Amino acid sequence: MSTYPGQDGLRTPLKVARGNGASGTGVHHWWLERVTAIALIPLSIWFLFLVGGLLHATYPEVLASIAQPVHAIFLIVLSVCLFWHGALGLQVIIEDYVHTRWLEVTLQIALRFGAVLAALASVMAVLSVWLTGTGYY
Amino acid sequence: MPNIRPTSPHLGIYRWRINMLQSTLHRLTGLFLCLGALLVAWGLIAAASSGAAWNAFAWFCGSLIGMILLFLWTWSLLFHLCHGIYHLLHDVGQGYGPANRDREFAPVYWKVGWGILALSVVLTVLVWILLIVRMGGGAA
Repeated sequence: MSTYPGQDGLRTPLKVARGNGASGTGVHHWWLERVTAIALIPLSIWFLFLVGGLLHATYPEVLASIAQPVHAIFLIVLSVCLFWHGALGLQVIIEDYVHTRWLEVTLQIALRFGAVLAALASVMAVLSVWLTGTGYY
Repeated sequence: MPNIRPTSPHLGIYRWRINMLQSTLHRLTGLFLCLGALLVAWGLIAAASSGAAWNAFAWFCGSLIGMILLFLWTWSLLFHLCHGIYHLLHDVGQGYGPANRDREFAPVYWKVGWGILALSVVLTVLVWILLIVRMGGGAA
């Protein structure tokens, strides 16, 4: 039986060419999890310092801090990476432990809706404070 | 309708390895940090909404249950961060493989595992000491 470049075991040449593995989606999830993780290393350390600096701050002081362009941009990037990374992790937890199909699909859809909603709401909140200086009003 | 398929063997058949603790803690802290992410979203939305909304958020953070949760979130973040960096090193092939996980073959691997857990606890205590000092030693 002839073999093809990159072929091993019983995989067909088409399976090897597609490179999607058993998951059917290849290494996309793995890479996104790592890239968001790398981004979150400096962002989360920065966030700890930001929160530490805002202890007992008054409401106008909090608004002024969020409205600083560097803080606003980092908070927006943090929000996106945080909910993306969290959703990727929760997705795997649901895949691993929820074996009732209808419940698994429901939770996976709810997770995506929730993550996008929370990320968008956070970004909108930062943008509104940044651009108006006073929040939604 | 439950899915009737073969399941993994019972956990009891495996010899204890530190990976079990690391993996479990990484997943549990990650799960808990997802709740923390919602707190971040609440804070940002409250700040954008009104002074009253922000005060409600600040009151929750300063309450006893809020302080306990914030302490646990601090440790969860620092453990997930420290172990996550270690995980990334494994991802590029550093110290990865079955032999490295065995205590007899690779005692260093176990020491590093416990060391990272200890480091996350030490960092958490350090962060909270700094926070309390910053608050002028007043009541938390």
